[in-house]
Amino acid sequence: MSARTAKAGGAGRTRRIVVNPLARIEGEAELHLTIRGGHVADAQLKVVEPPRLFEAILRGRSFIEVPDITARICGICPVAYQMSAVQALERLCGIEVDPQVRRLRRLLYCGEWIESHALHVYMLHAPDFLGYEDALRLAADFPAEVRRGLRLKQIGNDVVRIVGGREIHPINVRVGGFYRVPTVAELQRLVEPLAWARDAALETVRWVANFAFPDFEQDLPLVALVHPDEYPMSDGRIGSTQGLDIPVSEFDTHFTEEHVEHSTALHAVGPRREPYVVGPLARYTLNFARLPEVARTAARAAGLGPECRNPFKSILVRAVEIVAACDDGLRLIAEYEPPAAPAVAAPPTAGTGYGCTEAPRGICHHRYRVDARGTILDARIVPPTSQNQKGIERDLRRFAATILDRPQAELVWKCEQVVRNYDPCISCSTHFLKVHVHREHRRR
Amino acid sequence: MSRSPKPRLAVWKFASCDGCQLSLLDCEDELLAVAGAVEIAWFPEASRAMTRGPYDLSLVEGSVTTPHDAYRIHEIRKASKTLITIGACATAGGIQALRNFKEVRDLVPMVYASPGYIEILGKSTPVAYHVFVDYELRGCPIDKRQLVEVITAFLHGRRPNVSAQSVCMECKRAGRVCVMVAHGTPCLGPVTHAGCGALCPAFHRGCYGCFGPKEAPNTPAMASAWQALGADSAELIRVFRSFNAYAEPFRRESEAHER
Repeated sequence: MSARTAKAGGAGRTRRIVVNPLARIEGEAELHLTIRGGHVADAQLKVVEPPRLFEAILRGRSFIEVPDITARICGICPVAYQMSAVQALERLCGIEVDPQVRRLRRLLYCGEWIESHALHVYMLHAPDFLGYEDALRLAADFPAEVRRGLRLKQIGNDVVRIVGGREIHPINVRVGGFYRVPTVAELQRLVEPLAWARDAALETVRWVANFAFPDFEQDLPLVALVHPDEYPMSDGRIGSTQGLDIPVSEFDTHFTEEHVEHSTALHAVGPRREPYVVGPLARYTLNFARLPEVARTAARAAGLGPECRNPFKSILVRAVEIVAACDDGLRLIAEYEPPAAPAVAAPPTAGTGYGCTEAPRGICHHRYRVDARGTILDARIVPPTSQNQKGIERDLRRFAATILDRPQAELVWKCEQVVRNYDPCISCSTHFLKVHVHREHRRR
Repeated sequence: MSRSPKPRLAVWKFASCDGCQLSLLDCEDELLAVAGAVEIAWFPEASRAMTRGPYDLSLVEGSVTTPHDAYRIHEIRKASKTLITIGACATAGGIQALRNFKEVRDLVPMVYASPGYIEILGKSTPVAYHVFVDYELRGCPIDKRQLVEVITAFLHGRRPNVSAQSVCMECKRAGRVCVMVAHGTPCLGPVTHAGCGALCPAFHRGCYGCFGPKEAPNTPAMASAWQALGADSAELIRVFRSFNAYAEPFRRESEAHER
């Protein structure tokens, strides 16, 4: 257990709780909570991930290298970075990919959703609800469930591998399409595993629905892609529960990033500088009607309505989204015919391109300015976790206030769970900075 | 803390994408077996149970990029009987080592509005620049079969059986048509360390060097072959300057084309 508490010397009864490092998240972060006079005075999710300066190192590279380079931002959701990047650059070049290529890309993305969500549901999040330190200890008492989770994750990985070449940092995605497209027979081999996975995902929904969920609602605007015909993944307009409806190219005019000192992720804020939340709850609430029937039925049976604002139930929504991704994957494979060519030519074009897709953790927005030779002049990448950071801290403040009377160990664990509700991916956040500038904060 | 007779495993993260330690969780078939053979003493990504050293085996992901990390790696070395680096960041500085070719103070303002909050080193360096490393596993990302082999070898007290040959040799052995000779697609396979199973040529694409330089690569000859296919200096600099840009042979070759 890595939590520490300190009591202040003079300024009344002040309790500071520091969890460092915060476990079962992707990348490194710390949780800081300050309780003064029986109230939560401050809650911070501090990011200890060193900056990797992706936007700076992209300058001067060729636009065709962008999907390979941006994949390296995150080992858990490389496909999300590749998909947002190729969308931005293809729109800039004025090219439209073959409908079958679009289908394959969505299938690839389904694989990533299955893999990433299964990792989070089973390995990172379920142990919180059942009171285990980790999934390996969970496996001692719930062997069948953990094995099911691992197999689900493996099938997601298999989809990414067959379409993308390998699970982590796929090699097959290029501006204009793919390097090589799979044969019908190669995809057919995924049908049986995906059908099993859809059943396993339905089991997952039923299993998770029995967990105890605190009565707690997120009160911030939810932001996600919306699409008229499909549950959003690789395409759509940006919508919100406040009625926002804009093309992805207008992201910059409605959302801004702030460089705040304590965490140094660039926090994103919405139109009126208010925080907002992206991810499964936002997608689900804005797109319930576009979920496949099997996923909607499973959601209703699990007690979910057409909206969900309880962040603790994000695990349930992720399980529903695994059902949707498996079902969608099967549909895409059934409709697949190899395109005439794996890619269309992408002539370098001067200008600015915008892309936005739904990473498993929420919208991932990219903007590239390119010259006529295809050289990147400027890049801006807004990953989901930096958009969620303010919402996470707000949840921490609000939720911690309701459980201050609980024993220390329980309070700390619950606060960790509040953070893990968002499946934060710290590695993802290209903007994240160091944290130990604020060490004095910890020692006070 | 209870002392178990099982070897104590620790997994550490420096500047990286998380993908290489994720490879451990991606060993779905082997994970529960590995977890049974070792005591997972420090693996924050997987468990909130974390215990102090010493550790029998430390796997280190990521490159050293901050003053604090330069200190931390020494502490980890001191606490570890065996230290193995996993992936291109830890063994070569990673994609973030592209900044080593520029002034970092010029780059930071491109990303952050308030560069004063940022404290990073001018260079992203491999772990072996700082401490003794017992074994380096390459790749961006590492290959999970190789990871299982390295852990298994460690558990049995033997050297890992990991090929030091080139991607080109892997490709030949797999019986693939050479993309460079047959299709004129430039490929880094002859100078790149094996490990991926010659993946890119299987997808009709030239190797782009994820696993870094093989032992004693003839990079000047490779560059000439690329030039014969039309690559100019700017392209050659970019090609040798990617995920393993700061690995000595690739660094020298990219610098040769800058002159």
